[in-house]
Amino acid sequence: MKKTKSISRAKWGYICILPFFVTYFIFSFLPLVDTIRYSFYEYYRSGIRTIGPNFVGFDNYISVMGPDFFTYLKNTFILWIIGFVPQIVIALLLASWFVDARLKIRGEQFFKVVIYLPNLIMASAFAMLFFTLFSTSGPVNSILTNLGLVNGPIDFMGTPTGTRLLVALMNFLMWFGNTTIMLMAAIMGISQDVFEAASIDGCNPRQTFFHITLPLIRPILTYTLITSLIGGLQMFDVPQILTNGQGNPNRTSYTLIMWLNNLLRAPDYGRAGALSVYLFVVSGILCIFVYKMVNRDDEKKPSRRLKRN
Amino acid sequence: MKKRVVSLALALSMVAGLTACGGNPEGGNAGANGGYVAEGEEGKVINIYCWNDEFRTRVEAVYDKVDHTSEDGTITYLTDGAEIHWTINPNQDGVYQKKLDEALLNQGSAAADDKIDMFLSETDYVVKYTDAEADIAIPLTELGIDPEKDLADQYDFTKTVASDANGVQRGSTWQACPCLFVYRRDIALDTFGTDDPDEIHALCSDWDKMKSAGEELKAKGYYTFATYADTFRAYGNSISAPWVEEGSTEINVDPQIINWINDSKEWLDAGLIDSNIKGQWTDDWNKSMSSESKVFGFLLPAWGIDFVLNPNWDGEAGAWAVTDGPQAFNWGGSFVHGCVGTDNAEHVKEIMLAVTADKENLMQITKDYLDFTNTQSGMEEIANDESFGAEFLGGENPFKYFQPAASSIQMTTLSPYDQGCVELIQSSFGDYFQGQVDFDTAKANFERAIKERYPEITAVNWPE
Repeated sequence: MKKTKSISRAKWGYICILPFFVTYFIFSFLPLVDTIRYSFYEYYRSGIRTIGPNFVGFDNYISVMGPDFFTYLKNTFILWIIGFVPQIVIALLLASWFVDARLKIRGEQFFKVVIYLPNLIMASAFAMLFFTLFSTSGPVNSILTNLGLVNGPIDFMGTPTGTRLLVALMNFLMWFGNTTIMLMAAIMGISQDVFEAASIDGCNPRQTFFHITLPLIRPILTYTLITSLIGGLQMFDVPQILTNGQGNPNRTSYTLIMWLNNLLRAPDYGRAGALSVYLFVVSGILCIFVYKMVNRDDEKKPSRRLKRN
Repeated sequence: MKKRVVSLALALSMVAGLTACGGNPEGGNAGANGGYVAEGEEGKVINIYCWNDEFRTRVEAVYDKVDHTSEDGTITYLTDGAEIHWTINPNQDGVYQKKLDEALLNQGSAAADDKIDMFLSETDYVVKYTDAEADIAIPLTELGIDPEKDLADQYDFTKTVASDANGVQRGSTWQACPCLFVYRRDIALDTFGTDDPDEIHALCSDWDKMKSAGEELKAKGYYTFATYADTFRAYGNSISAPWVEEGSTEINVDPQIINWINDSKEWLDAGLIDSNIKGQWTDDWNKSMSSESKVFGFLLPAWGIDFVLNPNWDGEAGAWAVTDGPQAFNWGGSFVHGCVGTDNAEHVKEIMLAVTADKENLMQITKDYLDFTNTQSGMEEIANDESFGAEFLGGENPFKYFQPAASSIQMTTLSPYDQGCVELIQSSFGDYFQGQVDFDTAKANFERAIKERYPEITAVNWPE
């Protein structure tokens, strides 16, 4: 009797999670398999005629893996890193201020909402907004000119540095609120006793931050790093809209996913599939790398602490 | 077992058609069976694909069955109970073609009321859709239109462009698009002391003269053109051979394109073109047509004056004038096609005849929208009509200049790849003009971009 009951419960559990697996299977898994399959085929449309699919082995992989691949990979990383570094620094700073019991910042809730707001705007709309704001005849240039700060309009999007900084600025604005809130949650998870003990021992705020807060929120920091890295690898909408899909000037803001998008627009399913597989492998390797690195640190940490003690 | 699971998965994915790569790779081959038009009764929904509301306004103006259009402009109701559903996607970046192509691929399996009945194409890619092998656009004779008789008054080059390689006409247009030089009268008066079209024409009858006139404009603080892209069509539409020869997979860059690159660089470096405006169809470009701008003129066809310049001009009417530019060329032109598989053949025929073949209707479009319409006799009449004058041009009759320009147009060098080539060569060499890259890098960037856009392209040949 008892036994049957437990079995039937398990059955209902499986039935309840079934919808997820079914949708995942149909909408994610099958396309995934198909993508991999078509990466071995010559399969594209020329005008309204469809060419292929003809099996070509690894031809697509060879044609995609040229010097261009590494250039676009480098672009993607540069765009990500110059957005991520200020993002994590500012987020850490804000998070530790907001939760600091001694600072007692008023309107904390209000600020939390405000810094999160940019994330609510669609990235493409945000990029469109920046495109207009920073165009040579846009409001930013008018303000600068009227204030007498510059002689002629600055061509923000005419130089690689300018375009990259704009992309980074947008990514920073969109994501620092999100990161701040996550880090706040992490810091609030630290027992207040530890901070109290530290202050009784005479720690100054800086020491508290570096020796107590930072080490204790490491798991969340890792999580932020990994998600941001994967997100960064898939960076697309902001540079796409800002540079009209060309990554100009000289393709310096051309990311891997913009390339994928251009291949798919042709549409060249074969080469796009091959590129997707490469991206899959790259993000897989990155994940393992970061994960391993962090875990190793975690294992070392106790021993170091022991030694010091 | 594993194998079976995988093959089952693949089979499922094919059936479900849920993957990005699903869909049946059938071009509209309905024509092969002899039936271009669905049998049975005339449907109630006419689906028209286009890229802006230009065609809709023309249809509203001249098609006698139009009752009214919904507020948002997506549905036009006809007096006989049928509805025209407009599907509009932007032309830039190939978006319109992508959407149209996807819909065409599903044309065979779509329900009668969801099938495309008509679609528009632009000169840059009309060849792709009139292709005999693709067999997407219905030959006009199949619709009951006799090009020899019904379209006799059209300009010949518009008929050639809308025909496939075998000379079967598969589309029709209501406009011809000769380009003229449109300039600001106040700037002309300030710089040259005259705004008379003939005298201005003398100053810009060829590129060298135009350049020296540009120096005078520069001395007064004006730019001759807004952007390097403004002169592109003058060079790019007078190439001697198509970008891609029929049956070839290699792009041939015409010497004229290199001329454009060299001249544009020279003009830009000399300060005759505003370097802050990067290409057409941008916000900056639109602003360069406002009263605040320092730009002297544009090379525009009739639709450009009505559809681009007029809405962007914020000053009083009559500030602009037209004259012949340094070179006669054609820019744009929207072709109307009946789509294979339509269940509204009668409506398609009526709309096509009403908008592109009826002289009275065309003259009305010309008077309402300043369009240069596709009627040789009508355009000749209006060119010689002393009483006709466009308010926007200060009472000047632009057709005096458009009409001769149109008769000198030849268009034999089209290929299905034109839109990509035109867009990408401009964006690739934009970096070169702005001094970001050298000439060879710009060439390499163009080759990269064009091979992404058209996977079948194997090589790009540059002139010596």
